[in-house]
Amino acid sequence: MPFARFVEPGRVALVADGALKGKLVSVVDVIDQTRALVDGPGSGVARQQIRLNQLHLTKFRLKYPFTAPTRVVRKAWTDAKLNEKWAESQWAQKLANKEKRAQMTDYDRFKLTAARVKRNRARTAVFKSMKVKAARAGTFGKKQIPKTPAKKQRTKKPAQKKPAKK
Amino acid sequence: MAPPQPKAAAKPAAAPAGGVKKAKVGKPRNYDLGNGVVRFSKSKMFHKKAKYKFVGKKNPKAEKPKKPTVVVKQIGGEKNGGTRTVLLSRRRSFYPTQDKIRTRPHHKTFSKHVRNTRPNLTPGTVCILLAGRHAGKRVVLVGVLPSGLLLVTGPFAFNSCPLRRIPQRYVIGTSTKVDLGAFQLPAHLDDAYFKKNKKSTKRSVKRKQGEDIFATKKEKYVPSEQRKADQKLVDEAVIKAIGARADKKVLRGYLKSAFGLRSSQFPHRLRF
Repeated sequence: MPFARFVEPGRVALVADGALKGKLVSVVDVIDQTRALVDGPGSGVARQQIRLNQLHLTKFRLKYPFTAPTRVVRKAWTDAKLNEKWAESQWAQKLANKEKRAQMTDYDRFKLTAARVKRNRARTAVFKSMKVKAARAGTFGKKQIPKTPAKKQRTKKPAQKKPAKK
Repeated sequence: MAPPQPKAAAKPAAAPAGGVKKAKVGKPRNYDLGNGVVRFSKSKMFHKKAKYKFVGKKNPKAEKPKKPTVVVKQIGGEKNGGTRTVLLSRRRSFYPTQDKIRTRPHHKTFSKHVRNTRPNLTPGTVCILLAGRHAGKRVVLVGVLPSGLLLVTGPFAFNSCPLRRIPQRYVIGTSTKVDLGAFQLPAHLDDAYFKKNKKSTKRSVKRKQGEDIFATKKEKYVPSEQRKADQKLVDEAVIKAIGARADKKVLRGYLKSAFGLRSSQFPHRLRF
């Protein structure tokens, strides 16, 4: 597959490094092979140059001519509803989840583990019973009936609420 | 020039009244105008103070009785003169050839050092023990002793960690806190209470006649009735505090489980 995302005017990128780490910017102009002029009126970033290896390109692209002034970039940004679209994207959600995980305290981690144990127990129980049923019905070829019924799993009610899910 | 004058004025006033009255301190007439210039010149002050009255007059000095500088001491024994004259005070040229050996009270001062406990370690905090035989357990902090050691309890029924002292260095304080309310530690739970008498146990094991000296017998630790009672008392308060919480079951499980690091978990990056 050829490249689909380019450093081009209007390309939205996530700053992956440096003082602006985690902020969304839009490329206004390409200065040379290593640097670009970026602007982020919707994310509180002043117009400045930035090294390309600090940028991670996103799928979004705003429409404006190159070297457009900030007001044009701002208008394109708000018209495209970039902040909402970014927040909806899987990438942003993954980042948000990562942050959520990092903010978990020791007690939260314990609660999460306990919830997972509950869920996995319930899942295993269902899976085992389905497996036995399938074996009896002959799904796996020859009819094989296990001599003893599958050991009953310790089941507890599946977790109602999951604290700070993933 | 200005400073010595008030002194001179104060002296004659101090003489009468037999020392009962406070000395009269006059205000100096002369004052500083700044930059080292005084209001009245030296000759002006000569007239103001009427010093001319005293020019040429002499006060006979009272003879001070001379204090003895030496004392004659009697010395016993034969053929040594019988007496010695000893200087009462040391000669001015005297200086010690060797510094005095001073005792350094560092052992004493250590016990008097000010102990600082980390601010997040307040009574009721759930802590993770990092050292000792209970390492990894999550325990409840009950108090801080004067020695600076933390006093923690499992509670014993939860994770079999008894009432125990531990340095704060060997503890991670979590943000989870149990509200102990107005719980007060019994006063007798101090550092001496927890101190183990190591010497006596060793000796009693070693020096028993008729036994094989190489067979070292280990004495099993048995908690005293006092300890058991105190354990119960403190644990009751802690368990009651846990029971008052909405998440008491989860918290119980939390205290019962041990802490451990999974893959790609680093304690300096985790929040507790």
